[in-house]
Amino acid sequence: MGFRQDHLLGIEQLAPDEIGEILDLADDYVALSRSADKHGDALKGLTQINMFFENSTRTQASFELAGKRLGADVMNMGLEASSIKKGETLVDTAMTLNAMQPDLLVVRHPHSGAVDLLAQKVNCAVLNAGDGRHEHPTQALLDALTIRRKKGRLHRLSIAICGDIAHSRVARSNLILLGKMENRLRLVGPPTLMPAGMAELGCEVFEDMEEGLRDVDVVMMLRLQKERMDGGFIPSEREYYHLFGLDAEKLAHAKPDAIVMHPGPMNRGVEIDGSIADDINRSVIQEQVEMGVAVRMAAMDLLARNLRARRAAA
Amino acid sequence: MSRTTVTLTNARLIDPETGEETLGGLTLEDGLITARHEGVAEGIDCGGMCLAPGIVDIGVKICEPGERHKESFGSAGAAAAAGGVTTMVTRPDTEPTIDNPETLEFVARRAREASPVRVLPMAALTKGRAGREMTEIGFLMDAGAVAFTDGDHVVSDTKALSRALTYARSRGALLVGHVQEPILSAGAAATSGKFASLRGLPAVSPMAERMGLDRDIALLEMTGARYHVDQITTARALPALERAKRNGLDITAGVSIHHLTLNELDVADYRTFFKVKPPLRSEDDRMAVVQAVASGLIDIICSMHTPQDEESKRLPFEAAASGAVGLQTLLPAAMRLVHSGDLSLPQLWRALSLNPSRRLGLDSGRLSVGAPADLVLFDPDAPFVLDRFKLLSKSRNTPFDEARMQGRVQATWVGGTQVFGDPLGGPQ
Repeated sequence: MGFRQDHLLGIEQLAPDEIGEILDLADDYVALSRSADKHGDALKGLTQINMFFENSTRTQASFELAGKRLGADVMNMGLEASSIKKGETLVDTAMTLNAMQPDLLVVRHPHSGAVDLLAQKVNCAVLNAGDGRHEHPTQALLDALTIRRKKGRLHRLSIAICGDIAHSRVARSNLILLGKMENRLRLVGPPTLMPAGMAELGCEVFEDMEEGLRDVDVVMMLRLQKERMDGGFIPSEREYYHLFGLDAEKLAHAKPDAIVMHPGPMNRGVEIDGSIADDINRSVIQEQVEMGVAVRMAAMDLLARNLRARRAAA
Repeated sequence: MSRTTVTLTNARLIDPETGEETLGGLTLEDGLITARHEGVAEGIDCGGMCLAPGIVDIGVKICEPGERHKESFGSAGAAAAAGGVTTMVTRPDTEPTIDNPETLEFVARRAREASPVRVLPMAALTKGRAGREMTEIGFLMDAGAVAFTDGDHVVSDTKALSRALTYARSRGALLVGHVQEPILSAGAAATSGKFASLRGLPAVSPMAERMGLDRDIALLEMTGARYHVDQITTARALPALERAKRNGLDITAGVSIHHLTLNELDVADYRTFFKVKPPLRSEDDRMAVVQAVASGLIDIICSMHTPQDEESKRLPFEAAASGAVGLQTLLPAAMRLVHSGDLSLPQLWRALSLNPSRRLGLDSGRLSVGAPADLVLFDPDAPFVLDRFKLLSKSRNTPFDEARMQGRVQATWVGGTQVFGDPLGGPQ
C-alpha cells in the first residue's frame, strides 16, 4: 500500500496505515535528531517555502528545522492576510510562488479550506500547517507519536480533549486521527465552546471537567483561543479557570498514569495550572515539541518521495 | 418576429390553474392566447412535448447598474429565455441601489432595450438599503416597481420597518423580506451542525430563520401589510408560516431551487459555487421544504439568480461571495422534483409560474384564453450534462456544473413572440 498522498491537507484524507507509516518513519527521525550528526539527505536539492498568513513562531520554526535537517533549501515568507488583501488574492500568490518551482509548500492561513484551495492551483506538495478552525494535521500526528511512545499503543485508549474545541483546528485533527485509530474520545468544555454535532461523530461530550476526566489515559488541553473569539463565549478567564482549568484536583480523576498534553503556547492560570504543566511525571509538553520536528521530517520525506515518483513518471 | 396567428398542437399542456395535464394545443394571436383545443389539430406539431406558462422568477439579480461585467440585461435576458423564464422580477441590490424613481427608470429603459423577456423591477424598501428611511414608495410604484425589498439586508430597526410596512400597506405595495435573524447570522458561511463543525466553518443555527420570520409575522399582525418571504429553507420555520396563513395574514413564501435540490453536504471540500444565502441546509430541512412546496404552504420557487465573477468565488470559502446563477438551470433543476416523484408538473408550475404571477397581480401563469402568450415548450426527460461555460449568463457560478440533468427547453415565447429555440414553423 504505502503512503499515497500528494499533499498533507488534513487527517481526514489519511488511512490508518498511512498514519502508521508516518509515525514509524518519525520514530527513526527522533533517533536521528538525538544523534550527534543530525543530518539526512531525504530532501536534498528540494526547495521548501513556508508561507504563513498567520503569525506563528513555534510551528514555523519546527517546519524550518525539519526541512533543514533533511537537506532542503528553506525559505520563510511571513504574509499577514491583510497585506495580501491589498492586491493579490490567495490564488494569485499561489500562482506566483508556483512559478518559482518550489517542491514543498508549507501553508498556514486564517481561513478554513484555504490550504485545500491553494493545493489545487500548484504542482508541488502542499502541507497544511493550520487552516482556520479546520485542520492542523502535523499537530495531530505529533500528538499521536507522543501518545504512542508514552503509552506503547495508539488504540483502545480513553482520551479527553478539553477546553476551547469550537475554535480549535488542533481538536478537529486530533479527534479525527484518534477516532480513526479506534480510541474512546471525550470532549470536555463549556457548551459555548463546543461545536454542534460532536455527539454524532461518536464523541462523548461533557460539561463537567471532573466527570469528563474520569479514568482517562490522556488529557489533551487546548489553548483558549482569545484571538479567534468574537466576544462573549465565557464570562471571565478566572471563572473559566475555576471550572475548566487543569489543576491537581481535577487531574486526580484521571488514571494515575495519565499523561497531560498541550499544543502550546500555554495560558498558565487560564486553561492549565503552572505546576501541572511543569510536572515532568505528568506533562509531556516538551516531548510534543520534539516529536513535532520528527513528524514534520517524516511527512515531508514521504511527500517528497511521492513527488519525485510523480515527476519521474511524467 | 411575427405577431400573426400561430397554432401549436400535439402538446402536453401543463395547466397549473386546473392542475391538469392534457393533450392539445393553443392558438396565439396579438400576444395573447386566443384559443385552446384538445387533441391534435392543424398547426405546428409540438411532438408531444410539454407546453406550460412561462416561468415568473422573483428575485433575479441583474448587475446593472454597477457591475455589468457580472451580468447585463442582455445576458440575463438571453439566459432567461433559454431557461423558459418569461418574466424576471429584478432585485434592487445593485450599485448604486435602486432606491429612487430616476434609477428605476434607467433600469426599466435598459431592460426594454436589451432583454428579450419581460422585466419587472423591484425597488429598495429603505434608502441605500440602510434600514432607516423608507424610499418613495408611491413614486416608485408609479415608475413601475412591483415590490419593495432590501434584499438580504434585514431591516433590523423594528420601528423603521413597522413604519415602512404601515406606509406600504396604505399604498397597497408588496414587500419582500429576508427573514434570517441578522445578528445571529452575521459572518456565517454554513448551517451549524456536524458538517460545518468538521469543516471548521463559521455557522448559523437554522433557528435564525424562524426568529426572523416570527418577528416579521408579528409586524404583519400590527400593520396588515402585504408580505412575501423571499426564501423559507428550514423545517423549523414552517409551523409559524402555516399559522400566519391560517390567521389570515397577507403572507406568501418562496424558496430557491438550490435549497430544494441541494444540501449542506454538497459543499464538500469548500466548493464556493455552493455558497448561497442563507447557507444550504441539512437533508431533513431540504425534504421538509420540498413537502411544503407540494402542499402549497410554500407558494413560489425562484432561482435567486445571483451572478458572481470568478475572482469573488475563487477565495477561501468564508471569504468567497455568496450566490449562484440560476435562470437557465431553474427548469431542469426543478424537474428533479418531478422525476423524484415529489411534485407533479402542474404542482411545479403552480410554484414557478401561476403563484408568482398572482402574487404580483399579473395575468400570466395560465393557459387560459385571454392570458398573455408567455410560454415554454420543453422536453421533460431529455438528459444532458451541464457545462457551465455554455451558460448564457456572463457569470457562470452554477452549483450544477457537470451535473446530470433532465429537462430541456425547446422554445420560449414572450407575448406570442418566440424568443428562444429553433424557429417553429409558421410565418417567421
